[in-house]
Amino acid sequence: MSRLVVENLTKVFSLGFFSRRYIKAVNNISFDIKEGEIVSLVGESGSGKTTTAKMILRLIPPTSGRILFEGKDIWKDIKSQEALRDFRRKVHAVFQDPFASYNPFYPVERTLWQAVNLLEKSPSNKKEALELIKESLVRVGIDPKDILGKYPHQISGGQKQRVMIARCWILKPLLIIADEPTSMVDASSRGGIIQLLEELREEQGTSIMFITHDLGLAYYVSDNIFVMKDGEIVERGHPDKVVLEPTHEYSKLLVGSIPKLYRKLEGL
Amino acid sequence: MKNREILFKMENVKAYYKLEEVTVKAVDDVSLEIFEDEVIGIVGESGSGKTTLSNVISMNIMKPLTLVEGKVFLKINGEFEEISSMSREEVKKKFWGKEITIVPQAAMNALMPTIKMSKYIEHLAQSHGIDKNELLSKAEKRFEEVGLDPLWLKRYPFELSGGMKQRAVIAIATILNPVLLIVDEPTSALDVVNQKIFLKVLMQMKKMGIVKSIVFITHDIATVRQIADRMVVMYAGKIAEISPIEEIVQKPLHPYTQGLLNSVLTPEPEIRKRGITTIPGAPPNLVNPPSGCRFHPRCSYAMDICKEKVPPLKEIEKNRKVACFLYMEERK
Ligand SMILES: Nc1ncnc2c1ncn2[C@@H]1O[C@H](COP(=O)(O)OP(=O)(O)OP(=O)(O)O)[C@@H](O)[C@H]1O
Ligand SMILES: Nc1ncnc2c1ncn2[C@@H]1O[C@H](COP(=O)(O)OP(=O)(O)OP(=O)(O)O)[C@@H](O)[C@H]1O
Ligand SMILES: [Mg+2]
Ligand SMILES: [Mg+2]
Repeated sequence: MSRLVVENLTKVFSLGFFSRRYIKAVNNISFDIKEGEIVSLVGESGSGKTTTAKMILRLIPPTSGRILFEGKDIWKDIKSQEALRDFRRKVHAVFQDPFASYNPFYPVERTLWQAVNLLEKSPSNKKEALELIKESLVRVGIDPKDILGKYPHQISGGQKQRVMIARCWILKPLLIIADEPTSMVDASSRGGIIQLLEELREEQGTSIMFITHDLGLAYYVSDNIFVMKDGEIVERGHPDKVVLEPTHEYSKLLVGSIPKLYRKLEGL
Repeated sequence: MKNREILFKMENVKAYYKLEEVTVKAVDDVSLEIFEDEVIGIVGESGSGKTTLSNVISMNIMKPLTLVEGKVFLKINGEFEEISSMSREEVKKKFWGKEITIVPQAAMNALMPTIKMSKYIEHLAQSHGIDKNELLSKAEKRFEEVGLDPLWLKRYPFELSGGMKQRAVIAIATILNPVLLIVDEPTSALDVVNQKIFLKVLMQMKKMGIVKSIVFITHDIATVRQIADRMVVMYAGKIAEISPIEEIVQKPLHPYTQGLLNSVLTPEPEIRKRGITTIPGAPPNLVNPPSGCRFHPRCSYAMDICKEKVPPLKEIEKNRKVACFLYMEERK
């Protein structure tokens, strides 16, 4: 069964009071994500990836089209606070900018306490909750000693990003939307984080939507790739097809921009 | 590699964050030379000390960061000046912008959204005692050179896309034609299309002689590989290996470099074949780093000596330096 179905999704932003301008950030896209499937939404800046993610996360309403999660229309069928809480538990975001996701005035683990409080069955006491937090940190390769009690400016960007992913081990959501989870993480932990998300998928059947501009990364992690340009999906399919034999001009441009290890890019 | 003139050198530098209760040994006994007319790439995991090193190179040292030991020299008009003996203020006043310029990590996000780009130029003109209009017309030209409409100077940063913002930042940072340009993770927040454009702009600046040498800091080895002449690999506050780029990619010496290269994921047949591998464990805490070689707890080749002694950075092949006992006599 499809865990998420996106049908003819469109988002138009209108700007300005006097002379209105309209931006079609997302233009009539359709796709689905199955249980335990990893898909990547790939495209350059401004192509509409985050806007798509925000609609799926129920943060901004679509202009038209439908989003079905577990068979329910998330913009029509979620009516009570309880239903919304349930949705927030099941669909989880790992945000693009690790710097923006933290409040500078609170220790970094606050974001993990928030995750614990969102749990359906919260731990019965503080000690148990702390254990859960520590466990989640170890899962993402962080020694709890290194970050507990620290403030955002005291830890590195890579650590911040990993803490965001630790949340997923506490909440164990059904769908993770990871908006560029690896852009700030160094190459060496990149593979580790992918493996970690794959572990989540293996253990929990979690579905994952990666949002990235890095077709190289998408190549290794996805069951399915959607290439987005100017709000539309211009090419889709198996990674081997999309990355090794792209047909759309834009996919070719993206593939041609990926820095390689054993080859030099043309035109530098 | 041809014999090159040295533009910058640092010797046995220790730069620590001295906090109330602990000391973070972020740059620990690092020696490094930067040649004229080269692009040097500095790579390493998050927290390995890359940004700290960039601040040492430009002598941008502010509490709690403290230069504990070592010397830093910059060649000015053919003579080495010991900039580490000057105060930050003095270095800033005398050399920043003209001799040495740093574009900090996440600089493009630090632009004030409500300040026009041209204001930054006016500030610069003022602090360097240059005629405002002269510098503004220079900025217009520079904007064109980096592929931006000069009209953008009169706009606000929030109106620019990420790629454009980063190009605007580099245009402004290089307006006084600095000899040495340091860029800290300039591409990590850009999409691949804009990354490539940015790299092109950077190389163009070097070709045109706007800047002479570039220190390019990133965690993305594939990016460094595209533009650098040499690569410096940092691990836990120390240099593990320095080598010409082609050689290090083909034959990494340090086990850590090998691990880093093996964790690169680019769509290439060589990489598809070897699959995803990662370095076991995590980088150490720099308050209490491991004894001996800091990489030994994660190294599959670790020997007894690695736990006891710190491997010095030694030239073991022409132009190739490595800090690893696997390549040294002491191992026996
Ligand atoms: N709240 C908003 N109001 C007006 N326009 C918006 C808003 N959010 C996004 N846009 C516009 O919609 C388009 C798509 O933006 P979006 O953030 O979805 O792109 P993206 O693919 O995520 O880009 P990036 O890779 O830079 O994150 C852009 O032109 C953007 O300027
Ligand atoms: N202001 C500070 N106070 C205390 N410790 C700091 C400070 N800034 C950095 N550190 C510590 O110094 C070490 C090196 O940090 P640095 O920022 O130089 O690493 P980096 O290689 O640039 O990492 P990244 O790839 O995440 O940018 C880390 O352990 C970091 O936590
Ligand atoms: Mg986005
Ligand atoms: Mg840094």
